[in-house]
Amino acid sequence: MSSLLDTYAQVVGRDVIEQLFQVADSLSGLRVVHVNSTRLGGGVAEILEKLVPLTRELGIDTRWEVISGTPEFYRCTKSFHDALQGVAVSVDPGLLRIFEDTNAVNAEQLGPILREADVVFIHDPQPAPLLKLFPDRKGRWIWRCHIDIHRPYRPVWRYLRDFISLYDASIFSLPSFAQPLPHVQYIIPPSIDPLAQKNVDLPDHEIVAALERFAIDRDRPIVLQVSRFDRFKDPVGVIHGYRLAKTFVPALQLVLAGGSATDDPDGEVVLAEVRQLAEGDPDLHVLHLPPDAHRTINALQRAADVVVQKSLREGFGLTVTEAMWKGKPVIGGDTGGIRLQVVDYHTGFLVSTPEGAALRMRYLLRDRAKRSEMGQKARDFVRDNFLITRHLRDYLTLILGLTHGAEDRIELS
Amino acid sequence: MVMAQPGPVPFVVKDCALLMIATGKRAQNLKELREQLVSIHLGCVYYHFWGGLLHPRFEAREYNNDFATWANRSIHDKTLAERLSVVDPTAFGSLGDLRQELIEVIEERLDEREVLAWAQPDQQFEFIRSQIVVFQTGQQLLLPEDLASRISQLSLGSLFYHFIDARGRNDSRKDDFSSWLASFGEAYAVMTELLGSVEPYFTSLSELRNELADRFQECLCEVICE
Repeated sequence: MSSLLDTYAQVVGRDVIEQLFQVADSLSGLRVVHVNSTRLGGGVAEILEKLVPLTRELGIDTRWEVISGTPEFYRCTKSFHDALQGVAVSVDPGLLRIFEDTNAVNAEQLGPILREADVVFIHDPQPAPLLKLFPDRKGRWIWRCHIDIHRPYRPVWRYLRDFISLYDASIFSLPSFAQPLPHVQYIIPPSIDPLAQKNVDLPDHEIVAALERFAIDRDRPIVLQVSRFDRFKDPVGVIHGYRLAKTFVPALQLVLAGGSATDDPDGEVVLAEVRQLAEGDPDLHVLHLPPDAHRTINALQRAADVVVQKSLREGFGLTVTEAMWKGKPVIGGDTGGIRLQVVDYHTGFLVSTPEGAALRMRYLLRDRAKRSEMGQKARDFVRDNFLITRHLRDYLTLILGLTHGAEDRIELS
Repeated sequence: MVMAQPGPVPFVVKDCALLMIATGKRAQNLKELREQLVSIHLGCVYYHFWGGLLHPRFEAREYNNDFATWANRSIHDKTLAERLSVVDPTAFGSLGDLRQELIEVIEERLDEREVLAWAQPDQQFEFIRSQIVVFQTGQQLLLPEDLASRISQLSLGSLFYHFIDARGRNDSRKDDFSSWLASFGEAYAVMTELLGSVEPYFTSLSELRNELADRFQECLCEVICE
């Protein structure tokens, strides 16, 4: 066993790694390629950062390619992202042209790799048109959707569906995200990497140093939300909830920590709005962190008493998984993949309003033993269901499934 | 003390992974559930009875299948939930027969009710089917004693395949462990009987594994002490 897989075996158990080898044995010789639109920032890049080397360690030739584009391209794909999450946005035809042209340019650059690949995973809408540009492709192409798409804005979905329906299969994080499409739709929740800088155990002095750097008082209760500055993450609602809770817990501090991904041009606008709201409150810390501030985020999550993820829409909510892995109860928005992770009174609470968030903050902050009990359950829950090894096994199994057609039962010898 | 005789064949331990596949079919009320059931892929019937056992959860499973759970939680029809929960999937010769039984129960309920209860849009019944990939582990068990001593180390996938999936897969509707133990004759009959009394529907797979490990140890003591 390689040293990387050996290290994972220490966290997830040797039997889990053995199982991965057994599935991978049937896939030796295949060439697998993942394509997305950013190498830094956001949950997709974080997953691929480890999923790709791990697949390689299992003996499968795997690559990760990133498409690039102009700011207009990302403006267009950001609109897609919002529209797929239900916002009524009209996308200028000029931007659509840029979207398709950008994909054509990337297709030329990636041509030899994608044409010869046996399995291609295309992540999210940004590179979705690529498939259409490879009529001579030899492999199976899968569209992986990481977005909460359960009620997409129809005109934009209709446009994208023309590209997506051509794929051999698609993957969604939850059954409710599945759409009428003419191919098989797999349900695979994402995962976190327990050995990533964002999730490894940290020495106490590093946690203390991080808090000192941002003038956060460790002796007073800390509520934290980690996410991009994005309206769907509802940072304004979190501030509202914090202010309601603070009238009952005057010592309360709120930390809103996040970065912005290179494919999200709207982040600066939301950040400015949040900063304006936070002005004059020394207990409200708005931290705009670079995309590689993984250990800082790790330290903040470990220092927090309660973690909030009050999203209004959420594909899955990897920040929820991260917080749970660190033994924190989570107050999460009652939406998307958060529902799969936050179980009322077990791993945290689902809320629909700032008032609900405030109520649960007060409940959790008054009882350290309850926080600790729920936190332990949360960590166990993640270990059993949402670590990257399970995710990898699902991808490998899916490849096997696709190569065996639509059979319900595949027996490997 | 009974000297264990080797069975006709060793028990070959397999493992499996279950992939969820969305059908895109949904039901928001009982009538829609019935209409979808009539034509739905039979793999959905399998998944909604058995696949749920691989779902992450905390609370004990209240009903033995997803249809009953949905009837109670989403359309708040406890009567229907109770009727659906007594449908025993191992009592039917095929998934088609099992589907027909579900339809009968639902139609009976539709006849009784004058008003259709609707689920919230985000509480619709989502028809899921599964694709099961089965692979070899390279492990074999030669004697029932091996099963007793090693069951606690079996993966949850192995447990699902041999103890849950087997009931739908085997014509006998029995789990693989019971079938294998039967090949040893009467010596391990008490072990087989106890296995048959383990209720697989209401606990998590890891709890089920612990329960089986305990029961095997108890049985083995009895067999050895006889």
